[in-house]
Amino acid sequence: MAAFGTAAGRPLQGRGGSPGFRFTVYSVLSVVIMYLDQRAHYLERVRYVLQASAYPIQLAVNSPPSAWRWLKESFETREALRAENARLHQQQRDLELLAMRYDALAHENGELRGLREALPPVAERWLAAEIINIQQSSLRQRLLIDRGATNGVFKGQAVLDDRGLIGQTTHVGPWSAEVILITDPEHAVPVRVERTGLRTIAVGGGDVSSLALPYLPANADVKSGDLLVTSGLGGVFPEGYPVARVSEVHRDAIQPLAQVRAAALSHIDSETEVMLVWFREGHPAAPASGASNAAEVRSGNPAMQPLTVPPRPAASRVETAPPHAAPAPAPATTPRAAPPAPRSTAPTAPVPTTAPTTTPAQTPADSTVPGSDAAPPKAPDDAPTEPPPTVPPRSRPLP
Amino acid sequence: MTATQVRLRMALTALFALVFTVLPLPVWLDVLRPAFLVLTVLYWSINAPRAGGIGLGFACGLVLDVFQGPVLGEHALALAIIAYIAGREHQRVRSKPAFQQSLLVFLGLLIYECVLFAIDGWTGHPVTSPLRWLHCLTGALVWPPVAAVLSYSEGRLT
Repeated sequence: MAAFGTAAGRPLQGRGGSPGFRFTVYSVLSVVIMYLDQRAHYLERVRYVLQASAYPIQLAVNSPPSAWRWLKESFETREALRAENARLHQQQRDLELLAMRYDALAHENGELRGLREALPPVAERWLAAEIINIQQSSLRQRLLIDRGATNGVFKGQAVLDDRGLIGQTTHVGPWSAEVILITDPEHAVPVRVERTGLRTIAVGGGDVSSLALPYLPANADVKSGDLLVTSGLGGVFPEGYPVARVSEVHRDAIQPLAQVRAAALSHIDSETEVMLVWFREGHPAAPASGASNAAEVRSGNPAMQPLTVPPRPAASRVETAPPHAAPAPAPATTPRAAPPAPRSTAPTAPVPTTAPTTTPAQTPADSTVPGSDAAPPKAPDDAPTEPPPTVPPRSRPLP
Repeated sequence: MTATQVRLRMALTALFALVFTVLPLPVWLDVLRPAFLVLTVLYWSINAPRAGGIGLGFACGLVLDVFQGPVLGEHALALAIIAYIAGREHQRVRSKPAFQQSLLVFLGLLIYECVLFAIDGWTGHPVTSPLRWLHCLTGALVWPPVAAVLSYSEGRLT
């Protein structure tokens, strides 16, 4: 800040540097910063340092609410604690009952898919993080959590709570990270209607807990109460995690698209902790980011040309669809069966507008108009152009 | 009163304003929250126009960008612009009674929000809720007390 000190030590009435000159310098500087941050992403390191220096202020600002919470907890009555204890006991018993059948089901599922053994769970590692600050306006819905790069957090990491998806990390500092919620108007998450397998995109609705599904045609098979799970496309979220429940479907005769809104399952207001999840690489339900490289090469993006590994066969992408907990839409005999209906509107364009760098899969899809029939589902589109794999992909042992 | 003293005071008040800006609030109150940091920058640009209000605006803007900006440099530019305008027009603003000052501050906040709105649009952050303009109104309403508190701090610290 050279110009900041131009008048240092002089009396206030003296002549400092010309305000016009300083204004020009600072404006040019901000425009350059904006350009570097937006276009070239050169400022990741700067942001990292700035986020680190902002962390003490954020902690200090959060201290009154957290002190109040602590005070409330420490003065909680014995009855309340006993009630909570009983509730947790009951919950644990219910979960154990559910988990009892899980192993058997996972094994059976593996056998049905022709695998030797059951798949390991897609989540490899998780870490609880405390919410430090919440920004919940209609414009921005972000969280600040107390885990950062020193804990291995990376940009574009999925954040969950016990009910469903919360969002993904956008800026990571050394001890803190900013999380964009799925309800932020700038966020979009590729989802699948669990009942029908219909794939679409859920965009943040701009109020506290709702999402919009703007790319569904008026005749799409979706109704109120449908569960939306992540579809595994887009390269950030793995397949099969619950996101939201459809709350209202409005069909207008003159509108080509249905107006669908969904309520997010996670409850940020009542939570103080979220979970950061690391997913197993190469798992069929893991985020399908590797497969997107093939599409990039075929569409001739020069930035993606020098690949160190050959593009993986499209089969690996098709196989991402049947999850461990999904109602396998494809018949078991034809592993390459197309998704159930061609009316699934725009699965090719999951556009998380916030994190273009983390999801290279989106760049070729951006050119297609979402919702147009000219954009067929990704998997069947790629399938004919790929060399057919010699082995049915399902029978390969997993890494 | 040297420029260094004024700068110290600027930095301290800006820090307090920052705390009030990022303090977590319920959603309905958050929409109404005035941009305290912007008001602070305006106050110092008007009342100490030679002490580097533009630099203060730029620095505060960068901090705001780290806390809540989609693009680094967005708030910095907006705050530098209104600090420049306020510094140029400081004599006209200072001589006005509180009510008219509030109107002028409202104008300044509108310019600030316009710049943010434009940059948001250009950088592809399509945020078009009309509620974002609401803080200009509340900011103008709280201007007289904020200015009084800031001038009190000025008197105290001397």
